[in-house]
Amino acid sequence: MNLTLKIWRQKNAKAPGKFVTYKVENISPDTSFLEMLDILNNDLIHKGEDPVVFDHDCREGICGMCSLHINGFAHGPDTEITTCQLHMRKFKDGDTITIEPWRSRAFPVIKDLAVDRSAFDKILQAGGFISVNTGGVPDANTIPIPKKDADESMDAAACIGCGACVATCKNGSAMLFVAARVSSLAKLPQGRIEGARRAKAMVAKMDELGFGACTNTGACEAQCPKGISIAHIARLNREFLSAKLKD
Amino acid sequence: MGNLFSSSIGRKLIMSISGLFLILFLLFHMSMNLVAVFSTEAYNMICEFLGAHWYALVGTLILAAGFLFHIVYAFILTIKNRQARGTQRYAVSKKEEGVSWASKNMFVLGVIVILGLLLHFYNFWYNMQFAELVGEQVGPFGPADGAAYITSLFSNPVFVILYLVWFAALWFHLTHGFWSAFQTLGWDNQIWIKRWKCIANVFATVVMLCFALVVIVFFLRSLCGGAC
Amino acid sequence: MAKLDSKIPAGPLAEKWSKHKADIRVVSPANKRKLDIIVVGTGLGGASAAATLGELGYNVKIFCISDSPRRAHSIAAQGGINAAKNYQNDNDSVFRLFYDTIKGGDYRAREANVYRLAEVSNNIIDQCVAQGVPFARDYGGLLDNRSFGGAQVSRTFYARGQTGQQLLLGAYAALNRQIAKGSVKSYPRHEMLDLVLIDGKARGIITRNLITGEIERFGAHAVVIATGGYGNVFFLSTNAMNSNGSAAWQCYKKGAFFANPCFTQIHPTCIPVHGTQQSKLTLMSESLRNDGRIWVPKKKEDVELLRAKKKKASDIPEEDRDYYLERRYPAFGNLVPRDVASRAAKERCDAGYGVNDTGLAVFLDFKTAIDRLGEDVIRARYGNLFQMYEKITDVNPYHEPMMIYPAVHYTMGGIWVDYNLMTTIPGLYAIGEANFSDHGANRLGASALMQGLADGYFVLPYTIGDYLSHEIQSPKVDTNAPEFVEAEKGVKEKIAKLFSIQGKESVDDIHKKLGHIMWENVGMARTKESLEKAITEIQALRKDFWKNVRIPGTNEEFNQELEKAIRLADFLELGELMARDGLHRQESCGGHFRVEYQTPEGEALRDDEHFAYVAVWEYQGPDQEPKLDKEPLVFEAVHLAQRNYKD
Repeated sequence: MNLTLKIWRQKNAKAPGKFVTYKVENISPDTSFLEMLDILNNDLIHKGEDPVVFDHDCREGICGMCSLHINGFAHGPDTEITTCQLHMRKFKDGDTITIEPWRSRAFPVIKDLAVDRSAFDKILQAGGFISVNTGGVPDANTIPIPKKDADESMDAAACIGCGACVATCKNGSAMLFVAARVSSLAKLPQGRIEGARRAKAMVAKMDELGFGACTNTGACEAQCPKGISIAHIARLNREFLSAKLKD
Repeated sequence: MGNLFSSSIGRKLIMSISGLFLILFLLFHMSMNLVAVFSTEAYNMICEFLGAHWYALVGTLILAAGFLFHIVYAFILTIKNRQARGTQRYAVSKKEEGVSWASKNMFVLGVIVILGLLLHFYNFWYNMQFAELVGEQVGPFGPADGAAYITSLFSNPVFVILYLVWFAALWFHLTHGFWSAFQTLGWDNQIWIKRWKCIANVFATVVMLCFALVVIVFFLRSLCGGAC
Repeated sequence: MAKLDSKIPAGPLAEKWSKHKADIRVVSPANKRKLDIIVVGTGLGGASAAATLGELGYNVKIFCISDSPRRAHSIAAQGGINAAKNYQNDNDSVFRLFYDTIKGGDYRAREANVYRLAEVSNNIIDQCVAQGVPFARDYGGLLDNRSFGGAQVSRTFYARGQTGQQLLLGAYAALNRQIAKGSVKSYPRHEMLDLVLIDGKARGIITRNLITGEIERFGAHAVVIATGGYGNVFFLSTNAMNSNGSAAWQCYKKGAFFANPCFTQIHPTCIPVHGTQQSKLTLMSESLRNDGRIWVPKKKEDVELLRAKKKKASDIPEEDRDYYLERRYPAFGNLVPRDVASRAAKERCDAGYGVNDTGLAVFLDFKTAIDRLGEDVIRARYGNLFQMYEKITDVNPYHEPMMIYPAVHYTMGGIWVDYNLMTTIPGLYAIGEANFSDHGANRLGASALMQGLADGYFVLPYTIGDYLSHEIQSPKVDTNAPEFVEAEKGVKEKIAKLFSIQGKESVDDIHKKLGHIMWENVGMARTKESLEKAITEIQALRKDFWKNVRIPGTNEEFNQELEKAIRLADFLELGELMARDGLHRQESCGGHFRVEYQTPEGEALRDDEHFAYVAVWEYQGPDQEPKLDKEPLVFEAVHLAQRNYKD
C-alpha cells in the first residue's frame, strides 16, 4: 500500500504546530498502524529529519499509552481497539490519513502527537482506591461477591486510562474514565465503604482539572477501546448525587 | 448539599430536573391543545380558566423559572464545555458509530426552540394572558378566545411551516433530552439505557405528533372554509 | 566470594521466613520518617513496594519511564496469579506450589526463596481482594480458579484475560493513595541512567527527564530496582516497546552481580511473526492451553496445502492431526511448562510441520472445547484474547484454530540478590523480574505476578527495614557530593558522545541486527558454536553502533531516539553476557537448551554434578571479560530429578 500521511507536528508544548504531509510506500496490510509510523520514522531518520513523536508501549492494547486521532476518530476507524491494535488492512491503497494528537484542555500537547495525561493520575489520586494498608486483611473468600456484581465491576475495571473518552467527547469530559473507576469499586462490598467520599473527591478533582461536563452523547462509549458502557456514568451520577444530598 | 450546583454533575442535574419539568408542562399543553381540535368552546373555557387568575400566574412564573434555569444553565454548560475542548480543534472529526445527531447538537436545537418560543409568545401569550394582565385587548380577538387565535394563525401556511419546523427541533431535542435526564439523575443502568432511549423516542414522537396534529387540523379546516 | 553470601536463614525450610522475620531488626515510626527510599519502576513489584513502604512511613520517591505508573508492563500479563489457597480442594498446599515452582524451574532456583514465595502467595490474594481487584468468581460468590502449565492443580486466580492489569491497578491504587498522602512522590517520564554509590553503599540515582532532557540527581538511603526484565535484547519479544535492561545494567556496572543472564523464557503461545517490519510480538495467554489443544498435521501433504492456503485447518480430519503435546506428555498434555511446550513446537516446525507460510507456526485449537462447553462459555473465559487475536490476524478463532509460535517473553536471570533481596551493593535492592531469585531456569505461568507482588508487598518492606535500621543516624543524602557530580558528568558525556556520532544507521536498524543475532544463536536452541559466534558478532555490532548510529535532535527535548539509543547501548553489552553465560553452562535446563546436552527423547539434560549453582557475573570494566562466581544451590527439601511431565 502507498499512503499519504498528514501529521500534526509541534516542537513542544509552547510552539505552534502545523500539519506536515509525508508519503509512505510498500506498506503491508498486515502491518499495524504504529509499525507503519515506525517505518515512516526510520525513513525520516535516514533522511536526516526529525522523527514523529508518539506515545506507545505494550502494543497489545492494554497499557493505554498509545493515543492518536486518526481520520477523525480516537484510536482510528475501528471499534473496541487501541491505535496499536489498528491494522493497515482497515485502509485502502492511496488513502490520505490525517493523524492528530488528542485535543482537550486537560491534555496539553507535549510534542507532535504525544499529550500529557497526568490529569488522570491526579483524579485517581483523589480517591480512586480502597483505603487498606498492606497486611491485616481478611481471607479473600470471607467476602463473597455475587458473580454478576464481580463481572460488572470487572467490566468497568477494564479501563486502560488511555483518554480516548476525553479525546472524543465534544466537551472534553472525563466522566467515563471517572465513572469506570467509581463504578468498579462501587460494585464491590469492599469499595462501598468509602463510596460516597470517593465519588465526591474524584468528581471535584475532575472539575478542578478543567475537564468538561457530560452531556450523555455516548461518543466516549463508542470510541472506548474497552467498550465501557455509559451506564457506569449513570452509576457515578447516582453515587455522586446521593453522596451530596446526604451532606 | 455543599457545593452541589457548582459541580459539573450538579449543573447537569439542574438541566435534568428543569428539563423533566418542562416535559411535564409539554404534556399539559399538548392535552389542552388536543381539546381545541374537538371543541373550541371547551378550549376557550380552559383559556378563561388560565387567564389572569392568581393560580395561573403562579404557574406561569414557576414555568418561566423552569425555562430560565434550563436556558441559563445550557449556556453556562455549553461555554464551559467548549473551553474544556481546548483552543485547538480537530482538523478532521467524524461522528462516532451509534451516537445520535441530536445528542451532539442539543444547544443548537435549544436555540431553535427558544426562537420558536418567542414567536409563540408573540402569537398567543401576548394576546391572551398578557392582555388580561394589562386589562385591555391587544390583539384582534378577546384574551380568552384562544380558539379564534388558533384558527386565524394556522390559516396562514407560513406560520404552519414555522411551527412544524419548531416542533421538529423540539422532537430532536426531546429524543435526547428525555432519556438523558434519567441518565443524569442516575436512574439508569445497562438494561434501562436501551429502554429509556426507546421510551424517549416514542414519547417525543407522540407528543410532537399531537402538537403537529392541532396545527395541521386547523390549517386543513381553513382550507375548506370551516365546512369540514 | 565473601560477597556472595545468600544469607539463607538456618532451620527447617517451612520455618525459615518466620524465623528470619523474627530475627531481623525494625525501624521505629519516628525514624522511618527520616529515611528516604528510591524505587525505580512501577510495575507490580515497584508499585506494591513503594505503596507499602509509604504506608510504613518512609519517604519514597518512585520513578517510571511512562507517562503514568499504570503503564508498566506488568499490566500486560493476561492469565493469572498462582496461590496455594487450595480453594478447589484439589490437595494444593504451600509445599506443592513450592515444589512445582522448583521443579518447573528445572532445579536452578534457591529453595528458601521459592518456599517463601509460595508461603506469602496466599496473602497476596487476600490483599488484592481487599484492594478491590475484581477476580473471577463462581455463582456462589467465591473466587474461581483455573489451571496453568506445570501444575496439576487449579490454583490460578484470574480476572478475565487481564489479571496483570487488575493486579497492577490494585497496586497503583495503593500507590496513588500514598502519593495523595505525600509519603510517596512520583516521577513519571524519568529514566534512571546511573546508580550513585557513596562509600560503597547505594545512595541515589541520576535520571533523565524524558520531556525536557534535564539530567537530575536524587539521593536516598536505599535504592530499589524494580525495572523488569531484559527480553527486548531480542528486539522482537512480548515485552513492551520501552521495556529495557538499562537500570539493572547500570547497577551491574557499578558492582552489583548479575545472575544467570542466559535464562530466558520463550513463551510457546504467541502470534507468529508476519514480516520484517514487525516491531512487537503479541502473547496469547497460557490460560488458553486450559481449553485449547495444540497440534500440527500428521501428513506433509496437508502441511503443503495449508501453506498454500488451499486447505483450512478445520478441514483436516481428527485422525490426521498430531496433538504432539498430548502424545509426548500424557500426564500434563497441553499444560506442560512453557520451555517444554516451546521446544516441542520448534521440534515439529524444524521437522517441517509448521503450518503457516513461514513454516513457523502450530495450531491452538478450541474446537473440542467449543463442542463440549459451547461458544458462550469460551467467550466468557477468553473473549478478550480471541478478540485481540482476530484484530491482529483477521482470523476468527471461534471458527479456525489460532496459529501460534514461541517468542521471547521473560528473563529468569537478573541482578543477583540475597535472601533479603539485597544485591551485592549494600542498600541496593532488586525485586520482581529484575532479580534472579525465584524461577530458576524456567518460570511457571502465573508466577511472575506472584513474585512481583510477594517481593513488593510482603518481603522487601520487612527486609529493607533490617538494612535501614543501621542507617537511622545517616543524614539526608547530599546530592552535591562528588560522587553525584561524577555520575552526572558520566551520563552527560555518554549522551554527548551518542549525539556526536551522527552515523548512517538508525537505532532500530542496529537493534534488529542484535535481535537477529540473539534469536539465531542465543534463542531456543543453543550450541557452543552458536554462542561463540554470538559473542563475536555482538562485539562487532557494538563497535558498529558506536561508529554508525544516528540520533536526530538534541538532548534538551522529548527525544525517543535518544532514549532507545541509550537502552540499546546497554543491550549490546548485556547480550554478550547472556551468550557468555549460556556458553559456560554446559548443560540444558529449563529455558536454556544446549543442543549438545539432551536426552535421547530430546528433553533437556541437566548436569547437577557440575552446574547445580547460580552463575554470578561480576563486571570487570569496559570490554573486559567478566568474572564468574558461583552460588551453589543446596537442595534439602526436594530431590533432584529429571523433570517428568509424561506420567
